[in-house]
Amino acid sequence: MKASAPSEHSVGSVNAAEIERLLESVKDPEIPVISIRELGVLRDVKVENGAVEVTITPTYSGCPAMDFMHLEVEKTLKQAGISNFRVKQVLSPAWTTDWISESGRKKLLEFGIAPPPHSADIRALKGRSPAVACPLCGSTDTELLSQFGSTACKALYRCKACKEPFDLFKCH
Amino acid sequence: MNQQEALFRFALRMGDNSVVLGHRTSEWCGHGPVLEEDIALANIALDLIGQARNYLTYAGEVEAKFRASAPLRTEDDLAYLRGEREYLNVHLVELPKGDYAHTIVRSFLFDAFHLPLQQALTTSKDDRLKGIAEKAVKEVAYHLRHSSEWLVRFGDGTQESHQRAQNALEDLWRYTGELFAADEAEELLAKAGIAPKLADVKQEWSATVDRVLKEATLKRPADGWMASGGKKGIHTEHLGPMLAEMQTLQRSYPGVEW
Repeated sequence: MKASAPSEHSVGSVNAAEIERLLESVKDPEIPVISIRELGVLRDVKVENGAVEVTITPTYSGCPAMDFMHLEVEKTLKQAGISNFRVKQVLSPAWTTDWISESGRKKLLEFGIAPPPHSADIRALKGRSPAVACPLCGSTDTELLSQFGSTACKALYRCKACKEPFDLFKCH
Repeated sequence: MNQQEALFRFALRMGDNSVVLGHRTSEWCGHGPVLEEDIALANIALDLIGQARNYLTYAGEVEAKFRASAPLRTEDDLAYLRGEREYLNVHLVELPKGDYAHTIVRSFLFDAFHLPLQQALTTSKDDRLKGIAEKAVKEVAYHLRHSSEWLVRFGDGTQESHQRAQNALEDLWRYTGELFAADEAEELLAKAGIAPKLADVKQEWSATVDRVLKEATLKRPADGWMASGGKKGIHTEHLGPMLAEMQTLQRSYPGVEW
């Protein structure tokens, strides 16, 4: 993790954009290349009368990384010298993989995880997954091994071309 | 019963169904028939326990509103410090995991009920239930997909796997009636547009069951005597020992944290 920004500003002078920049250092502990903003977990940052309110949303109801990310946000703010803050968790609107940013999708791919198919529509969830390209060799000659991979948000695939197994970030 | 109390009982039941099935499902962790299934069931259990946390937290908050004298009960208080008779889950979810066919058939019968229920709750007039459902509905869609695929694999597999799946269906069928037998709280909330009519949920459940059983070449058992009582806190002999194991740490060391 990058070192937190030095605490150069008093609470009264911070603005939302600075806080968002600061929180870029908070990563998903399971996928340490992608920040909570790129993942779409960071929903909102508000600064009112010097009070900071950060809103985050869980990816899955039972995501064990959520409490960790919550703590990391608090720690990052404290290290930057901000003490008047509140981290709020909301369920609605529900997180979807469509909120993963383009830079986030690119980083997933570079990390070896196939990014999720677009549009987390309930009909798409019930049907078969569309063709998934192997993040290692790019072949679409891949097969699903298990709907549930190393974490709830990933499915396990195998590439029939390069024979390597890989994770797919599931459409959600 | 007023609406707040009905909401409390409903949120509690949703949480209890999820935490009990989540615990039963987690019993496969480290014992799965293949590594992928071990991981899949652990993930499904995690989803269910996460959903239970949302429901039990809400139940505690609702209870504090209509029972002003009682102290606020947290998700942990409700999960770990209630006795068997205070649990309001249906019998289906508390039965022992059995063989893998029983586990898959039980999950399938529950998932096929859980999905239309959660779908309906995404339009609930209660914002909190709506928010929890918006999250849960996608998770449950994956659960149903998982259990359906395995049921087809078992039913349309070998003679042995077919027979085991059919046996599990015959054993578990009598526990499906309770899913749709609305109690006073569920009727009240259905009239208020907060929860769906269970008769509507049953129609969708029945269609899913018929579709998947057909593909699995399994026979739908005839409706006979149906077990009930779980919704009132009257359970099978299996829930008590399960809770004893689940609650032992909090009971032995009250308030312990790590």
